[in-house]
Amino acid sequence: MPFLPVVLWTDGLVYVLLGLMAAFALYASRHEHIRAPWRRVVRARVGVATIVVLGFYVAVGLLDTVHFRLKLPQPAEAGAGVQFAPEVLSLLDLALAGLRERQEKTYSAPFATHLFVKEAIEQPDGSLVRDFPRLDHGGAHLADPARQRGGDIAWRGLKGALQGLLIWALVCAGLIRWIARVRGEPPAKTRSDILAGRTLIPWRTAFVVLGLMLLVSAVAVELSRMYHILGTDKVGEDVFYQTLKSIRTGLLIGTLTTLVMLPAAVMLGIMAGYFRGWVDDIIQYLYTTLNSIPGVLLIAAAILLLQVYMSNHADEFASLVERADLRLLFLVLILGVTSWTGLCRLLRGESLKLREVDFVQASTALGVGHFTLIGRHILPNVMHVVLITLVLDFSGLVLAEAVLSYINIGVDPTMNSWGNMINSARLELARDPVVWWSLAAAFVFMFTLVLAANLFADVVRDAFDPRLRGAQ
Amino acid sequence: MTGLQTAGPEREPASLPDVLLQVEGLTTLLGDAVRPSRVVDGVDLEIRQGETFALLGESGCGKSMTALSLMRLLPSSGRITAGSVRLAGRDLLRLTEGEMRRVRGGRLAMIFQEPQTSLNPVMSVGDQIAESVRVHEDRSRARIPERVLDLMRAVGIPDPRRRVEEYPHQLSGGMKQRIMIAMALAGGPQLLIADEPTTALDVTIQAQVLRLLKDLQRETGMAVLLITHDLGVVAETADRLAVMYAGQIVETATTDAFFAAPAHPYSRQLMESVPSADKRSARLAVIPGRVPHLHQAFSGCRFAERCYAVMPQCRHQTPIWRDLGPAQGVRCHLWSQGQTQPDGLSRQAAGAARPLDAPPAGGGDSDRLLEVHELKVHFPIHSGVFRRVVGYVRAVDGVTFELQPGRTLALVGESGCGKTSAGKGILQLVTPSGGSIRYCGQELVGLGHRRMRPFRKDLQIIFQDPYAAMNPRMLVGDVIGEGLQALGIERSRSGRMRRVAQLLDLVGMDEDAVARYPHEFSGGQRQRICIARALAVEPKLIICDEPTSALDVSVQAQILNLLKDLQDRLGLAYLFITHDISVVAYLAHEVAVMYLGRVVERGRVHEILDDPRHPYTRALLSAVPVVDPQRRRAVIRLDGDMPSPSDPPSGCFFHPRCPDAVDACARTYPEEKRLSMSRVVHCLRA
Amino acid sequence: MTAYIIRRLLYAIPILIGVNLITFVLFFVVNSPDDMARMHLGEKRVTEEAIQTWKEEQGYARPLLYNPDASGLRRLTETIFFDKSVRLFVFDFGSSDNGRDIGYDISQRMWPSLAIAVPVLMVGLAFNISYALFIIFFRATYLDLGSVVLLVAMMSISGLFYIIGGQFILSKLFHLVPISGYDTGVEAWKFLILPVIVGVIGGIGSGTRWYRTLFLEEISKDYVRTARAKGLSERRVLFRHVLQNALIPILTGVVVVLPLLFMGSLITESFFGIPGLGSYTIDAINGQDFAIVRSMVFLGAVLYIVGLILTDISYTLVDPRVRLQ
Repeated sequence: MPFLPVVLWTDGLVYVLLGLMAAFALYASRHEHIRAPWRRVVRARVGVATIVVLGFYVAVGLLDTVHFRLKLPQPAEAGAGVQFAPEVLSLLDLALAGLRERQEKTYSAPFATHLFVKEAIEQPDGSLVRDFPRLDHGGAHLADPARQRGGDIAWRGLKGALQGLLIWALVCAGLIRWIARVRGEPPAKTRSDILAGRTLIPWRTAFVVLGLMLLVSAVAVELSRMYHILGTDKVGEDVFYQTLKSIRTGLLIGTLTTLVMLPAAVMLGIMAGYFRGWVDDIIQYLYTTLNSIPGVLLIAAAILLLQVYMSNHADEFASLVERADLRLLFLVLILGVTSWTGLCRLLRGESLKLREVDFVQASTALGVGHFTLIGRHILPNVMHVVLITLVLDFSGLVLAEAVLSYINIGVDPTMNSWGNMINSARLELARDPVVWWSLAAAFVFMFTLVLAANLFADVVRDAFDPRLRGAQ
Repeated sequence: MTGLQTAGPEREPASLPDVLLQVEGLTTLLGDAVRPSRVVDGVDLEIRQGETFALLGESGCGKSMTALSLMRLLPSSGRITAGSVRLAGRDLLRLTEGEMRRVRGGRLAMIFQEPQTSLNPVMSVGDQIAESVRVHEDRSRARIPERVLDLMRAVGIPDPRRRVEEYPHQLSGGMKQRIMIAMALAGGPQLLIADEPTTALDVTIQAQVLRLLKDLQRETGMAVLLITHDLGVVAETADRLAVMYAGQIVETATTDAFFAAPAHPYSRQLMESVPSADKRSARLAVIPGRVPHLHQAFSGCRFAERCYAVMPQCRHQTPIWRDLGPAQGVRCHLWSQGQTQPDGLSRQAAGAARPLDAPPAGGGDSDRLLEVHELKVHFPIHSGVFRRVVGYVRAVDGVTFELQPGRTLALVGESGCGKTSAGKGILQLVTPSGGSIRYCGQELVGLGHRRMRPFRKDLQIIFQDPYAAMNPRMLVGDVIGEGLQALGIERSRSGRMRRVAQLLDLVGMDEDAVARYPHEFSGGQRQRICIARALAVEPKLIICDEPTSALDVSVQAQILNLLKDLQDRLGLAYLFITHDISVVAYLAHEVAVMYLGRVVERGRVHEILDDPRHPYTRALLSAVPVVDPQRRRAVIRLDGDMPSPSDPPSGCFFHPRCPDAVDACARTYPEEKRLSMSRVVHCLRA
Repeated sequence: MTAYIIRRLLYAIPILIGVNLITFVLFFVVNSPDDMARMHLGEKRVTEEAIQTWKEEQGYARPLLYNPDASGLRRLTETIFFDKSVRLFVFDFGSSDNGRDIGYDISQRMWPSLAIAVPVLMVGLAFNISYALFIIFFRATYLDLGSVVLLVAMMSISGLFYIIGGQFILSKLFHLVPISGYDTGVEAWKFLILPVIVGVIGGIGSGTRWYRTLFLEEISKDYVRTARAKGLSERRVLFRHVLQNALIPILTGVVVVLPLLFMGSLITESFFGIPGLGSYTIDAINGQDFAIVRSMVFLGAVLYIVGLILTDISYTLVDPRVRLQ
């Protein structure tokens, strides 16, 4: 094998999450009452638009989750064992190899051809001049940047746009063909229906958003071959690369936190509401106590402890990546501990109501046992609460990561995350002229993700909340 | 009334001087623009000054929407697309919103069905009345409180000076409805729209409120548009009425003429489906199917699908309005032009008065299926620092009765009397606090979850609300099969499904219901499924907890027929918990009347209904509105409301409200007095 | 009512014990005093004596829970648990790891925290309620739709960007107010304006959206229809009936956070250099001063419980339906 697969802790959890989602999708496809609300989600225009946007983020995040170590070039003498490189890479790293490797010395503005700070440059005649030196990679192919840069960017942008449109056309054609087959009608009719917006699922909206996303991506890819389109940071790393790598961190915190807290919250919440009495007392005590500790402080304390532990046992970690990953896992766990109480309380209230509902009483009268009853009647009827909480929490957690990283109790400083980007960039705001691009990059990528997630959450809530359905 | 006239679409309406409200071609749409529901479709009405006009129909027929259209208070997705509403000659639909506001609560006032939710919970009732006064009367601020007190006195609220400060949650349902009426009266309305004003209230309270409306009407001369589904209420209070079906008026008539000879098959079927003692030996007439959805385009008569006298032309030709005389009109093909007798109306309603296969089981059977003795269900009240128990809500406080196989015992009483708790206590769904329940001689009280299981097979329950009684996330087949699985009666899935199919057939439903979800069925069908679920384990006794009170009268008839059939075929015993005396008269063999957690009187059904001995039973029976004027009794008015079960009065619980009470009643609770073999009453004076 | 409050206060005791146990386990069991000493003294190559001296100086030399060398009750009192955790119950916070009196620090630093938190809360509340009412008045119009989109967008922006943006625009571009810092007395106002503005703007998105939902929920209730049927104007229906009912959850939601205002805001204070309890906490976290973090955890827990009790009491004051049992 030319590579050695590496499964980090968080990777493993992501695979578990994917497995669960696949199982849920399979289950949902067989149960009309679960499918119906999802159908409402994909029939909402905002719903499909946000799904497309989130899809791009998820794709990047998943690419960044498949980790491995590459094989080193074989040593000359035969018989030596296969050697693997020490650094852990992901598929995304491979795809962005160029970006990763094109390091500059320090700051440079987006699309710049020269460094942001003056340096002493040795002239051919041996004298030293303080000036902005040319970048090693950004725009290095231009002979005369001042004259050629504008035209070059426009030309490459156009090329990228055309590529994007081509991909879009191909994808759309494939999709239309597929939809036509599912609907059992000629593709021409499907196409005209979609164009006129007559389909139940608003495919037109989906295609437009998909087109926009593909266009932007393709232009960015094409331009980033020759330029640092979002500039470089203090140590000369490409900001575009950093912010793409940050996507995984944001997504993981947003999803894994709820995943790890879900079992406890669901089990305890339902048990408290269903059994009442002393079970309820204990569980209520538990979550009131945990809730009364200020969340930030609990996280801070836990992360501090982890730091102390890690610095005292530094030799236990094979690589920086593993260390950072373990810290991320720990952060996810502790965020889970602080955030399960809300869901638990909601579920307790729901179960309290449900246990008095006639169909639960009817089951009791039929002699159904407690745990069968919970599994068959209570759990399925609170799942919408769980799902709504899940999607509503996501954006809050992504935002929380930024704040926590800012006060140094978030992810590992060596890990790419929007919080770390903001944290390192804000110190440079005092510079004149301002180094704004790291902030701007983090802002745009984070805002797009959180906005999409918020809008999606609204659609999901409207589709799943039985109260809202009654009102319409 | 003389010179009655009803507006028809094909005739120029001659406005008489005493016509107060004239509605023509009123059409209201609800919902989005793509598939709107025509909830009100070309309604014509005339209401005269001072009269009570009833709008009658099942739920979903557009009665409330008609009322809200008159008030221009439709929900945000509703809009009036055609027609005119003239109140004393002024077209309300042409008024600006500002002008309409002066009419609302002024000349045209409205009270709603749910007094519980229709008052602002965080505003004192005095303030809420004062608000109406302020809007519609030019009074100095200082004189408003006085007017508020006057209004409260006018609607019969005792001790108004104290009540003025109180909040809605401190008042009973009947009191809240009185407050609503007081608010409506503040503007001195010429027309009061009462949308099911007593549906949420108990019969004795209903009698109070209806009486109040009549009195106020006499004093102020206002007209009342009474919206109701209750034929008895209409018969007792209305002067004229209109029957509404699927957004249209299908018949108008004077009340007397209507009850003497209803013209429309729908009216006729409605009347025949009301249960009563006369119909005991027969099946009730049923109206098959359900009210059609109103977002479709109708091509023929909207009632054709459910009509017993349907003719070919009904399905494709829309019936037009016909006047049958000065006071009566109908929208039906049976009455072709100029005919006074309809073609098909002399026919018997399908299925009506068909004798049952077997007469009701006799009373000779003496072995007892269920003996309940001094059953108590108390809920503790906690208070203080350590939440010690400081008292009990005595929901059921010593209930005694017995039930024989194949018989029906009706447990009758008003809301809050503990009848539902008694039913649940018998099944151990709530834990009884005392007394004994013996099923076939074996004691049930004190059995735990596990030891109760063997009895679960024999004792089953049907609930009031068929919408809440089934898990919305389970297939109907699994719902019905749940008991078979849980009690290990039929372990294999295929065996269960076979049995489920038989059960569905037994309750008159198609087998293909197995693979569908509960929400796909109507209320009546769901109640059938619930009955099938209870029958699955082949019980001997079913506790029916108000199984028909959430259903329309025509659907109620189907369920009552089914229950009666099942009793005859399977020899089931029913403990029938209800507040509806007409159902009791139709179905029960024995009756136990409950008041405040205790049975005050029990005996054979004819004994109790024909000759009630307890003053409460007498008052309760007298308050039930009856269609037939011959059978009406003078209403015995009960003052006040039922006391709280956490703090019952001393002595006889009923004595503070009892018209016959003597001093001794306040001292001790009356002992059981046995009047005959079957008859027991708890009253000193019986 | 009194009985209820007493019961709630009694119930607070086991909760605080629980909080104390959790912090004790976190700080002393998982992360032993030896580890702390090593960390403070500079990582690895530290002699055993140096650790012991540090522990003596900081008062971490005693056993954790049980002292076998002492006699009688002192076996329990001469322990770290008693020294560091039990004393918190009488609000004796002890001294920080660098020797400062934590109780004194808290009493000094809570005022700047309040000077920011209270105006942010009040101005934010007033603005959000007004804006939500405005949206409701124009509900189902493009004004409503546009506002909702704006609100969702606003709540999708990280709080950090509001601060950075505010500092950049108001201070750096227009030089209206100082970027950061604090002053005592009345002079403090010019340092407070920016954090307050930023705090209010940052809260508009989620706040106004929530209030809009509350108002919408109320406006669909039956009593609103009754009020309209009386002939009341839309304005009066909205301001008298809907607002009055919706204020109940709004006010009680505010009351629960009132005590926590003392704790200040971590981010705002550290960005603007305000010497409040928030920046105190951050400094402690960054300086790994466990004594302060522990004290703040306990203080936060106490304030949270006080907030819960105040919420219940405020319910009885504003909602006639609620009576505490």
